[in-house]
Amino acid sequence: MQYMLMFYQPAAEFEQRNDASSQAYRASWVAYADAVRQAGISLGGHGLFPPMTGTTLRVRGDRRQVQDGPFADTKEQLGGYFVIDVPDLDAALEWAARAPCATSGGVEVRPVFVATAVAA
Amino acid sequence: MMKDPVAHQAAERAARDSYGRLLAILSARTHDIAASEDALADAFARALERWPADGIPARPDAWLLSVARHRKLDAWRHTRVQDEATQALMLLAGEVDDIDSANDGEAVPDERLRLLFVCAHPAIDAPARAPLMLQTVLGLDAARMAGAFLTSPSTLGQRLVRAKARIRAAGIPFEYPQARELPQRLQDVLDGIYAAYGTGWDDVDGADAIPRNLTAEAIDLARILCKLMPREPEPLGLLALMLFCEARTAARRNDAGAYVPLDQQDITRWNHELLAEAEHHLRQASSMQSLGAYQLEAAIQSAHCERRAGAPVPPETLVSLYQGLLALRPSIGAQVSLACALANARGPETGLQALDAIPATDVTNYQPFWAARAHLLAAGGARAAARQAYDRAIGLSTSAVVRAYLNAMSQRL
Repeated sequence: MQYMLMFYQPAAEFEQRNDASSQAYRASWVAYADAVRQAGISLGGHGLFPPMTGTTLRVRGDRRQVQDGPFADTKEQLGGYFVIDVPDLDAALEWAARAPCATSGGVEVRPVFVATAVAA
Repeated sequence: MMKDPVAHQAAERAARDSYGRLLAILSARTHDIAASEDALADAFARALERWPADGIPARPDAWLLSVARHRKLDAWRHTRVQDEATQALMLLAGEVDDIDSANDGEAVPDERLRLLFVCAHPAIDAPARAPLMLQTVLGLDAARMAGAFLTSPSTLGQRLVRAKARIRAAGIPFEYPQARELPQRLQDVLDGIYAAYGTGWDDVDGADAIPRNLTAEAIDLARILCKLMPREPEPLGLLALMLFCEARTAARRNDAGAYVPLDQQDITRWNHELLAEAEHHLRQASSMQSLGAYQLEAAIQSAHCERRAGAPVPPETLVSLYQGLLALRPSIGAQVSLACALANARGPETGLQALDAIPATDVTNYQPFWAARAHLLAAGGARAAARQAYDRAIGLSTSAVVRAYLNAMSQRL
């Protein structure tokens, strides 16, 4: 099964990213990403720039609404994701529990919709 | 209606004390745990209605049992086809006899041991056994347990429903196992309880992983089992093992909240009452002269705690304890622990050789292996390799404080 692990982080962690004193914080993410890759389960993933760098677009009728910032203004924001291929949800949760933000924010684990190939 | 706090408390106490006892009796004949749970829930709800008005009955257990039994009977009457119903009514009639004799006697009989053996039956999926025991004997629900087993509440709920359906459909007997099956079946019960405790037999002994949040409940189960099987040494061994771990909980973090490895823990933060109790159970178990894996694990914990007495156990003693454990029950965790014990006794090179002997595919994602490897490489002066191993251990950690500790060790290189 393929799952997307979505890493939700509190605002304080986004600020920490460029902080010189947060070497341990950055190292923990690098180590986690390496562990996922070395386990041979990664189908890719990225870290994202902080939510205030995002731009949200909605089309209503024939009007385009463009807004600075993330889709929803919540305490925890998406900071990055991995797509992994593991046997089941329990295995995916095990990897979610290892994410550094599991203790500060949270990780949403969602099955990836994989379109089944139509036989020719 | 006014809520009567006294009756409410009495009902809650009855629920806590006798939930498993009542469920065991209700399920024994029909093997239908799910229906018994529903009936018991109804009985507790009824108690909350009636007790404030009628007063708390002299034997709350017997009252609850009688009400639950009638609920179950009604449910069967409504839902089953005639043939099946006749059979069920006969079974339930047998239950009435059980209950009547219970009412005459001093107390409701204790059938929880049979229930434990059913829950840990080899026909039940291994991951379902521990939550099933906690649910049937202590009355915990899936939402409360899901985090401890790192599974979603809905998945755990389905797993429990499936297991109960299987018990009924497969006709798993509510009986005490045959003598020749007893050792393995008892092992399954013990493993289930230890899985509920949560460090798991796969963890490195002494590495002090944080226990899951069901430790008190797992210890309760072990205490019940020890009382029900007073002549068996392994339940005592398991109880001692968990109490040793429990006794050190407060010492796992320092005042700043940072992780403290076992050999550097402040022994004044250990719970000496629990340690004494653990030692007592372990001695009692060994007096029965039948060695088992849980007794050995408890003995290892006891050895780790010996510096409390000012006389650390010789490193070679730990090596032989781990070798004994591996002979009785091989596991990756015990292999990694043995490697650490060897390193302490004979130097980091010997420890690293023992680690290298473990097949690489078994340890790819096993955090304690990488932490142990990093420590031993660091001790041997291999700084670059140690740093890589620390990174691997950090990436596989689930605890922020352990990550911080490992990172500090890596930085110090």
